[in-house]
Amino acid sequence: MENRIEILLEKYSHSRRDSLIPILQDIQEEVGYLSEEAIVIVGKHLGIPTSKIFGLATFYNQFRFEPKGIHHIQVCHGTACHMLGVVSIIEIIEKRLKIKAGQTSRNGKYSLEVVTCIGACSQSPVISINGVYYSKLTAERIKQILEEIMGE
Amino acid sequence: MDNQDNANIIKFFLENVLINDPSGYPKLVEDRLEVFRRNRISKPIIFIGITSSSVCAGALNVKTAIEEYIAENQLEIELVIIGSLGICSDEPMIDIHIPGKNRIVFRKVTPNDIQPILDGVLNKYLPLEMVLGQYRHKFHEPWQDVPYLDELPFFKEQNRLILANCGVIDPNSIFDYMARGGYRALAKAIRNHTYEDICSMVEQSGLRGRGGGGYPTGTKWRKALQVSTDQRYMICNADESDPGAFVYRLLMESDPHRIIEGLIIGAYAINASKAFIYTRNSNRLTVERLERAIEQAYEVGLLGHNILDSGFNIDIVIRKGPGAYVCGEETALIRSIEGKRGTPTDKPPYPTEQGLFGKPTVVNNVETIANISSIVLNGVDWYSSIGTDNSKGTKIFSISGKALNTCVVELTMGTPLSMILELCGGVGSGRKFKAMHLGGPSGFSVLPDELDVPIDFDKLKAAGLAIGSGGIQILDDSVCIIDMVKYFMYFIQKESCGKCIPCREGSRRMLEILQNISKRPQTENGHNTLERFKGVIHLESLAEVMRDTSLCGLGQTAPNPVLRSLKLFRDEYEEHIFDRKCQAGVCRDLRTFYIDIEKCTGCTACAKKCPTNAIIGTPRSPYFVVEDKCIGCGICEEVCKFSAVYFK
Repeated sequence: MENRIEILLEKYSHSRRDSLIPILQDIQEEVGYLSEEAIVIVGKHLGIPTSKIFGLATFYNQFRFEPKGIHHIQVCHGTACHMLGVVSIIEIIEKRLKIKAGQTSRNGKYSLEVVTCIGACSQSPVISINGVYYSKLTAERIKQILEEIMGE
Repeated sequence: MDNQDNANIIKFFLENVLINDPSGYPKLVEDRLEVFRRNRISKPIIFIGITSSSVCAGALNVKTAIEEYIAENQLEIELVIIGSLGICSDEPMIDIHIPGKNRIVFRKVTPNDIQPILDGVLNKYLPLEMVLGQYRHKFHEPWQDVPYLDELPFFKEQNRLILANCGVIDPNSIFDYMARGGYRALAKAIRNHTYEDICSMVEQSGLRGRGGGGYPTGTKWRKALQVSTDQRYMICNADESDPGAFVYRLLMESDPHRIIEGLIIGAYAINASKAFIYTRNSNRLTVERLERAIEQAYEVGLLGHNILDSGFNIDIVIRKGPGAYVCGEETALIRSIEGKRGTPTDKPPYPTEQGLFGKPTVVNNVETIANISSIVLNGVDWYSSIGTDNSKGTKIFSISGKALNTCVVELTMGTPLSMILELCGGVGSGRKFKAMHLGGPSGFSVLPDELDVPIDFDKLKAAGLAIGSGGIQILDDSVCIIDMVKYFMYFIQKESCGKCIPCREGSRRMLEILQNISKRPQTENGHNTLERFKGVIHLESLAEVMRDTSLCGLGQTAPNPVLRSLKLFRDEYEEHIFDRKCQAGVCRDLRTFYIDIEKCTGCTACAKKCPTNAIIGTPRSPYFVVEDKCIGCGICEEVCKFSAVYFK
């Protein structure tokens, strides 16, 4: 993994602080999450204390510090989805997969992320599993979808 | 298309189209432009709307089905990707244009519909039930019994200045945009006007910032221009972070070049050689479309060194915001671009004096920037004739929530708010319209009898409202106001950056108070009740402290929904606090469950699971719930196989 990060950093050879966010985004894109080693490497590269980098990364919603599960579930919790009952959908997912929002299951199979708004309010409530969207969900439908991915 | 072709087309546009103030193009040029506008076609074209919202609705599957159909039947058909017309509930949509006939729009298309639609249309027969309307064109033959798009009430009441190209042109093609008058404003600005001129033009046009504050855009630009420095920056704030707002997303995905053009003109007006677009990393499609648009603009020579031989240099960089609500605030956004935590800073100094990297910086919202090209092209007088005395132009809104049609509409300033309700078709049948919520987590609800207020910065302010960023939610009687306000406060509390105490602590305390209102404690003793009342008494004064002492707009406006709903829906609050009831049945703790004796078979499943033994009865005959004991957990409803359990 360290190798992959080193290759990524070659693009940012004479960079300063303002490249920090793009660098972290690239790493997350490549590796899937920000590991401790990755943050140390970036710190050395830019000459910024790791504490500062960690402080920045935890501030923003996008960065994650645990690897994604094989099935990465993103649930939209925008206003429209909230009104149309996404809270009970989240509860069902949490109960079935035995993980909380923001966590990855121990076997590395599932991870759940609650995002602010996917921007498809006409289709609410919306979730996306590995980039595939499921829209206008009901309690029955989500149970069915979870059955399907758990059966795999 | 090979490189030579591409170079020739670019040459054609630069030499014939982007010329000084054309009163009209020569016929040859006009003819060629008609081909680029896809008005003169030799083979059928299918247009498919691909935006982040239509992708959720399954547009990519429809696209595959079309490709398969074309391949299977070996047809000579061009497939063009377009943006969205704004009727999100009717997505996925496809348009079909066959030579000699008007372009026609189909709505709610599924992959299974492709075969019948295409079989029909290519033989000039229409499956009418799926048709939305047809475009008007003077040379093509109209379809029988199909309404024109501009006659549909949805489009008739709108004034689509900024959305004009959305859902019509290919967002991935700069030539589509240029053939419809794109980048002519830029050429005009750079060739005929000085920096000062442009600032004055925008100032006189009366354009005000669309981000919510309503600050005059031209004045902001002039302030930045007047600071003497070696470097200035222009930033387009495209971080649409309001949950439930999707105006800018739709605009940037459907017509990205309009933003690029406006941004270049803005950068020229303040003499900045570098501009940024700060958008959301999670909106992959938006970023992709903007990146392609920028790439094409470089290729044509509208970005980069010495654009249009004017000696003016400009570069645009996209910064993908890693997701923080507070980064919609300009100083926080600037810090985020600098690679820091997105916390706001004190004003003054304003960004126009000391902004990005300490240099004068102008931060404008996407919609503001989208207005610029039409002001420069059509002139100040034209623009200032639209709208009201103090609010010029149009405003775009995205309407969602319980609205019948989720949509994006553009209305002339001065139109009453009731028009928004009319355009989205009101609420679903059997439901009662309750209120309209403007401006997301920091906005205001409007009651049905206040909807005659015009959309106008000053008049809305006088009515105690604000225009916000354009996200509107329609609420019906199945929405609990307390639940919604609680959601907004939960959101603010989560997104508060934590720099200033009133916002960080205040939002959390306020959320606790609101949660207490709708929570049923295990034992209802005196202490709990007292706590609940105390909280409500303090709610108003806490809201005032937050409003007066928070550092930035996030904290200052956070109490708006609470204060407003306390005023408008006092009875609903009282019902929750005193009667412990939620009319809408949303607040889960306040529900009381009942068992339908007709449906109950007496299987005992619920009685076994009930944590408080509130369900009693004899096996094989209907059970019932003891109301006093029920804590509203809902387990009985979950385990019942006969749907006999319901709540009120």
